[in-house]
Amino acid sequence: MNEASLAATAPAWQESIFRAFKAARVRQVAYVPDAGHSHLIGRAIADEEIDDVVLTTEEEGVALACGAWLGGERAVVLMQSSGVGNCVNMLSLLQSGGFPFFALVTMRGEYGEFNPWQVPMGKATQAALELMGIQVLRASRAEEAADVVSAGLAAAFEAGERIAVLLGQGLVGHKQWERK
Amino acid sequence: MGAEVSAAATKRAERREFVAALLARIPQALVVSGLGSPTYDVFAAGDRDRNYYLWGAMGGAASLGLGLALSRPDRSVVVVTGDGEQLMGLGSLATIGAKRPRNLTIVVLDNGHYGETGMQRSHSSLGLDFVAVARGCGIAEAFATGDCADCDAIARRIDARAGTTFVRVLIEANQPPRALAPRDGPYVKNRFRSALGIEPL
Repeated sequence: MNEASLAATAPAWQESIFRAFKAARVRQVAYVPDAGHSHLIGRAIADEEIDDVVLTTEEEGVALACGAWLGGERAVVLMQSSGVGNCVNMLSLLQSGGFPFFALVTMRGEYGEFNPWQVPMGKATQAALELMGIQVLRASRAEEAADVVSAGLAAAFEAGERIAVLLGQGLVGHKQWERK
Repeated sequence: MGAEVSAAATKRAERREFVAALLARIPQALVVSGLGSPTYDVFAAGDRDRNYYLWGAMGGAASLGLGLALSRPDRSVVVVTGDGEQLMGLGSLATIGAKRPRNLTIVVLDNGHYGETGMQRSHSSLGLDFVAVARGCGIAEAFATGDCADCDAIARRIDARAGTTFVRVLIEANQPPRALAPRDGPYVKNRFRSALGIEPL
């Protein structure tokens, strides 16, 4: 699928997040796949200016983002709320090294969740990030998504802050489990 | 390259000697060191503003090196880490194998033990084959050595930036005196970026 058709088939707010990445000169997009990030991942793969990096676990993305910054590039990490738990010790690198950080987290286990196994980490996601010194922003509505992401990118890469933007499960859309 | 390096890697190198010999041959390379003894080894070879020393973030050295290598394709990036640190980030070899930047080399100093915590055996003493793992992850240029004489060939490969490379260095399970690299992370980060001509925020 080419860039134009990718942009045309996604909800507008997802495309607006990718445009915010481009406007902030993001050059590396690392991710553990999630359905809620699939448009961004497709756009990153198709973009010649961006290195897309598929991870085996989210903590690799934390270290990768620090390496990118050392070399003068801006990296973002895309993950699902369960992935935040995988990152906890690696997040200490951000504070110990004084690195900027931006993660985009799709939420599970908080709104219309069918799978009880998603709930414990979903409930703990924001607190786990905050315990490790990450500032948490949240986008719950389509019309605010691009603004919140842009604000988070500015705080990370202009002020050097460590930021996670949570995309609410009500925004991403809860999975339809019952097949008709 | 494989043919240039000793085929039978049964010899074991002295870790400080090997790291010093390799780094002396690649003065322009950007170097990331994994926590524990590899950080001491890299610092003992001579402090450089193009070294980034890790004192924590166990399992993250190779991933950090990947982000750095992607950001600076014009420079050779060398990660020097230990078997225990690489084992904690074993999946990062799969991530690197999927991306294969031409300018990234991972050097695992393998004594088969967790040296910092009392020399307990690691998986590489218990059957794990790092070279097979690296190859299985898609890093075709993966080999073992235990001989400082191979540093010339390895350094040429690093300078050529001709493909992702993985080197398992068999070393003696001993502990040279600690050489304390700076622990001030922001200082090391800012010094590193400054050496690359990157402006501060």
